[in-house]
Amino acid sequence: METTTINNNFKSEEYFINMGPQHPATHGVLRLLLTIDGETIKKVEPDLGYIHRSIEKMCERDSYQQIVHLTDRMDYLSSNINNEAVCLAVENALQIEVPERVKVIRTIIGELTRIASHNLWWGVMGMDVGALTTYFYAFRDREMINDIFEETCGARLTMNYNIPGGLMFDIHPNFVKRVKEFITHFKTKLPEYDTLLTNNVIFQKRMRGVGMLSKEDAISYGASGPVGRGSGYSCDVRKLHPYSALDKVTFNEALRTEGDSFARYEVRIQEMWESMAIVEQLIDNIPEGDYQVETNAVIKLPKGEFYQKVETARGELGVYIISTGTKNPYRLKFRSPGFSNLSLLNHIAVGGKIGDLVASMATLDLVIPDIDR
Amino acid sequence: MTNEALQYLINTWIPDTVTSELEFTEEESQFLNINVQPADLHQLMFQLKNNTETNFDYLFCLTGVDWGKELGVVYHLESTTHRHIIVVKVKTEDRENPVFDSVCDIWKTAEFHEREVFDFFGIKFNNHPNLKRLFLTEDWDGFPLRKDYLDDINMIVK
Repeated sequence: METTTINNNFKSEEYFINMGPQHPATHGVLRLLLTIDGETIKKVEPDLGYIHRSIEKMCERDSYQQIVHLTDRMDYLSSNINNEAVCLAVENALQIEVPERVKVIRTIIGELTRIASHNLWWGVMGMDVGALTTYFYAFRDREMINDIFEETCGARLTMNYNIPGGLMFDIHPNFVKRVKEFITHFKTKLPEYDTLLTNNVIFQKRMRGVGMLSKEDAISYGASGPVGRGSGYSCDVRKLHPYSALDKVTFNEALRTEGDSFARYEVRIQEMWESMAIVEQLIDNIPEGDYQVETNAVIKLPKGEFYQKVETARGELGVYIISTGTKNPYRLKFRSPGFSNLSLLNHIAVGGKIGDLVASMATLDLVIPDIDR
Repeated sequence: MTNEALQYLINTWIPDTVTSELEFTEEESQFLNINVQPADLHQLMFQLKNNTETNFDYLFCLTGVDWGKELGVVYHLESTTHRHIIVVKVKTEDRENPVFDSVCDIWKTAEFHEREVFDFFGIKFNNHPNLKRLFLTEDWDGFPLRKDYLDDINMIVK
């Protein structure tokens, strides 16, 4: 009898708990203020700014060549695509036509960057839900891409290989051979990812029906990249506004309509296949020619406003330059995909459990320096 | 829709939806730009989103800008059904207390973006559900992305 009384009088109370800023599942210094009732999440409020460097303010003082360096440090897993975005914006503003060779190399390296990024995501995705082995599988394959990058441009992560007007150097003589080796290797390894994790029943039970995001909400929250495409929202910038050599290749946009965590997972796995297909179409036909065109030592953009969108591994990156005709931008805004994708975390996590929050957050693939620009 | 058609259609919303004149320009930009008065901002945005012909349902970029004399916000909108793009700009000369209407009831993504603008430019948004600093600490002095912001310790001025 006594137990019943206690149970009837027991009031569930909401309380706060901090997740982060040093938490392995946030993949960086992100602090989440969770309001929870028992283990049910009532509210998720991100607290940002732990690694904010004010890149936009720094851009206002730097030249356009210097700005390219800073973009490496935003979404460091898509560094080459970030570099490309700024270079494309500057080239479009100056109406520079870069050689075909540059376009093709940029696209190949961009897609390899995407594979490397998704690869790392897959490794830590498994780790977040308690499957540590995936991490070692992913890093084994990602290492090959990093070695290719290192041989060509000297850097493995923050590549800084693009400059306004082309590329900093030509590709290494081994580049084509090693990329082909990687594709052959990865084609045998990617199916292993499915047997190891995708088809695992426990994993699927943790992912299916969790973190639901409808198509309308995805658009309203400004979701892009695999997060939007997992909800059936066709938002691939490579299809909608093709840049570099992407108009010359055929590939399928990875789309799922379920809108749950597993859909976002499947989109990224398919994107690795599609990226390999793009690389395969281009790698044998890299045109001969120069790897850069001559630009002025001091680049001055004409007066006006310029906007360039690209598809990074996380979604739509926008570079918005307001120029007054000087050697620095008057205002430069980076519309980062992670920032918008983070804003919907509260929406998909409320009502779920803390464990589900970790799994849903992993499928958003957040890179914190991309949010804290 | 072409830029001309968009401009024609939006002009028909005056004076029912939008009370004062709109300024259209395509100079120095790859998109169609509209300058709107702060008082008309919310009605115009609501109409741009909900009119079936325009249907700008995707706010892909929201930027705070300090034009020197004026402070303002630039909204980049795209329609996911019609795939046209428009840029809406709103400006105010009141640097002491700049206020615009929030658009987070129209696009949910605006909630975070407006907080970012508030944090770095000090622009306030009416009817915002949670308007407080996002990146900086609550006791931070000043608004760093304004052009007249000075910080002798953290800024390298060339």
